Amino acid sequence: MSDIMSDMTQTSTPLVVFEDVRIEAGQASDPKVLAQGISFSLERGKVLGLIGESGAGKSTIGLAALGYLRGGCRVAGGRILLSGQDIVPDLGRKGVLDLRSTRIAYVAQSAAASFNPAYRLIDQCVEMALDRRLMSRAEAEERAHAYFKRFRIADPVEFGRRFPHQVSGGQLQRAMLAMAMLCQPEVIVFDEPTTALDVTTQIEVLATIRDALAEEGLAGIYISHDLALISQIADDIVVLRHGKIVEQGPTGQIVNAPEADYTRNLLDQTPLARQPDRTTRDAPRVDIRDAQGSYGQLKVLKGVDLRIGQAQSVALVGESGSGKSTLARALMGLFPLTSGRIELDGQQIGSLSSRKASVLQKLQLIHQYPDTALNPRQSIRKILTIPLRRFTRLRGAALEARLRELLRQVELPETLIDRYPPALSGGQKQRVCIARALAAEPEILVCDEVTASLDKLTADEITRLLGRLQTEQGLSTLLITHDFSLVRALADEVIVMRRGEVVEAGPMAEVTERPQHPYTRRLIASIPTFEPGWLDAQRVAEA
Amino acid sequence: MKKSSRGRLHWQPIIGATIVLFMLAVAIVGPFLMPYGEAEIVGFAFDLPSPEHPLGTDVLGRDVMTRLVYGARNSIGLALAVVVLSFLFGASLGLLSATLGRGVDFVLSRFFDLILAIPQKVFALLLLAILGTSLPVLIIVVAFLDSPRVFRISRAIGLEINALDFVETARLRGDSGLGIMLRETLPNSLPTLVSEFGLRFCFIFLFISALSFLGLGLQPPSADWGNMVRENASLIGFGEMMPLYPAFAIALLAVGVNLVTEWLAERWSNPAHE
Repeated sequence: MSDIMSDMTQTSTPLVVFEDVRIEAGQASDPKVLAQGISFSLERGKVLGLIGESGAGKSTIGLAALGYLRGGCRVAGGRILLSGQDIVPDLGRKGVLDLRSTRIAYVAQSAAASFNPAYRLIDQCVEMALDRRLMSRAEAEERAHAYFKRFRIADPVEFGRRFPHQVSGGQLQRAMLAMAMLCQPEVIVFDEPTTALDVTTQIEVLATIRDALAEEGLAGIYISHDLALISQIADDIVVLRHGKIVEQGPTGQIVNAPEADYTRNLLDQTPLARQPDRTTRDAPRVDIRDAQGSYGQLKVLKGVDLRIGQAQSVALVGESGSGKSTLARALMGLFPLTSGRIELDGQQIGSLSSRKASVLQKLQLIHQYPDTALNPRQSIRKILTIPLRRFTRLRGAALEARLRELLRQVELPETLIDRYPPALSGGQKQRVCIARALAAEPEILVCDEVTASLDKLTADEITRLLGRLQTEQGLSTLLITHDFSLVRALADEVIVMRRGEVVEAGPMAEVTERPQHPYTRRLIASIPTFEPGWLDAQRVAEA
Repeated sequence: MKKSSRGRLHWQPIIGATIVLFMLAVAIVGPFLMPYGEAEIVGFAFDLPSPEHPLGTDVLGRDVMTRLVYGARNSIGLALAVVVLSFLFGASLGLLSATLGRGVDFVLSRFFDLILAIPQKVFALLLLAILGTSLPVLIIVVAFLDSPRVFRISRAIGLEINALDFVETARLRGDSGLGIMLRETLPNSLPTLVSEFGLRFCFIFLFISALSFLGLGLQPPSADWGNMVRENASLIGFGEMMPLYPAFAIALLAVGVNLVTEWLAERWSNPAHE
């Protein structure tokens, strides 16, 4: 303990130092390198941003700072120092365990998955402090309540008594922050703490994190795939790709004078090329009138109208709980409306089981998560062959030729045809999902947050692909999204939904450039920018 | 499942497969190589091991080695037939129940609940007393009584898989329930079902030997390992090894089967490596 105390007084040593760290998985003879040549240092009271796409190794590095490695992984080279102490060999297993949460704490991405649903929030927040015998229960609870209050939670005592499912995602994320801060650590590792939240909630949580770190003089390692977001909170940024550092430096330098092409691409704010507007005076292909629906007692759709014209693209935007996905599911026949009409080409269409094959063929859905949308045990060939056999008359050589044409259309190499989904990257999987939808030769494509689980560069590629397909094939599309760059690139019309109602609807340019409803304005303003001080401006605007 | 290191993957299937193949070879070829008959009395009771009887003789003076070999044939054959039948019945209905849902699921689930509600051995006793104790009846009755557990686990995995988007995609293109079950649900439930297969296989051994104890299992003088343990159990008190041989055979087979099925399950749960 005495040497830790002496370390704490030495302000000259950086708090966390990575020295040429290399992390490997698999067998020593044939290792899979997850990260290599990772060097950075973090001073007290500073925030370091780790940015990269999925698979870049940012979470692995963040966890390594806690002295934790996922099963099968190991530090194969270099040193990880905390206050000058090499944490892995010096402290040993017990020492590393003591280190966590007392000197380094962790805030996970999905608070909903990280809390135990069977215990009250307060019990989970104080658990570590009691387990480490750092304070009495009363003391710990008092501290937790004080943190809740500081994080702008209305009734801290009552809040603590609730179970995780009884509070919102943003509140849960703040409870996890309180849990992390309770034992007064020196560093907190944040692993995409706002990714699962809506854009408007994200601002609140982000500001809370930043203020909490600043007030207590804590250091933070903030992991994210959103460079704009990270630029609002981090003092220094490390850009990662394929387990290597692409570039690192102070935030201002990375944002204003990036050196690597990759960083420049991440910073690229140029709007994606836009197809000419398609306005149509013909009768709408899809016509939804006064759609109402509920989950039990909860009304999720309160009389929504939606029309999609021939070769037109309509974007449905709103936060989670706005009813936008439910409306799309109703259109697909997966959600029964309590009242209202859904017409396709003037014909009413009912529940899924009552729909004819021709209706099923015309409407194709692309899911949000390509990971679960593809059967992992079917080869790409099989995945694409099934709808081809179902909806077209192609057989034999003609079918084989069509398979290859589909892969070309979604810009996938033909060599992938006999691979299985787990061997593909997220972007490749989403392309397979698009190819599968195209295989049915649809007329209306429903895209449910198709870019939400992808990093910026991959999302941009998918957006371009969808734009090209729209024009080439004359598809009508319904885009369910909260991504305004997707909206700006693809949509002709925008419908903004909130709590089951349409608050604003109109041509894309009008809604995005001159939003009328305050909610639309707030949605657009909530998208992080690289502007210094943006976060404070948002806070002020909200207050 | 990813917890196991790759090192374990190499010896695990080899040892497991060696055990299982050896047991199968003994079960199939063994009986032809033995100098004595399955029920032939060749000496005094409880003879010590000798060149003629390498493992000694049992309670009636039959050659233990010979009975172990015949026991392999009877026990493995019986247990295998029971588990295969129980999986055909339980797993297919379980997955179907999960896929079709609603009425079908309700009726099937309550039916299997009903079977589970009656103590297994008492139910077996009842059914075997009514239907007789011929080998086919024994197999069908035990498989039937074992199937609710297979049904429940298959239904649970099926429900989990059917909540995934690729099953929704199949429904959206109009696939039938049976088509979804065979093409989407079954392949993805195989890893769990295979490891469950290994586990149930070992339980069946114990269940059949319990039935034998009640006189309703395989009928004497047929040798089965469970029976042999029981028949010669009195010898344990005298510090003799003899009753341990069949017990050891059961344990060894259980280990072998589980090593193989666990490895298969692990391999199959990761189709990228195929």
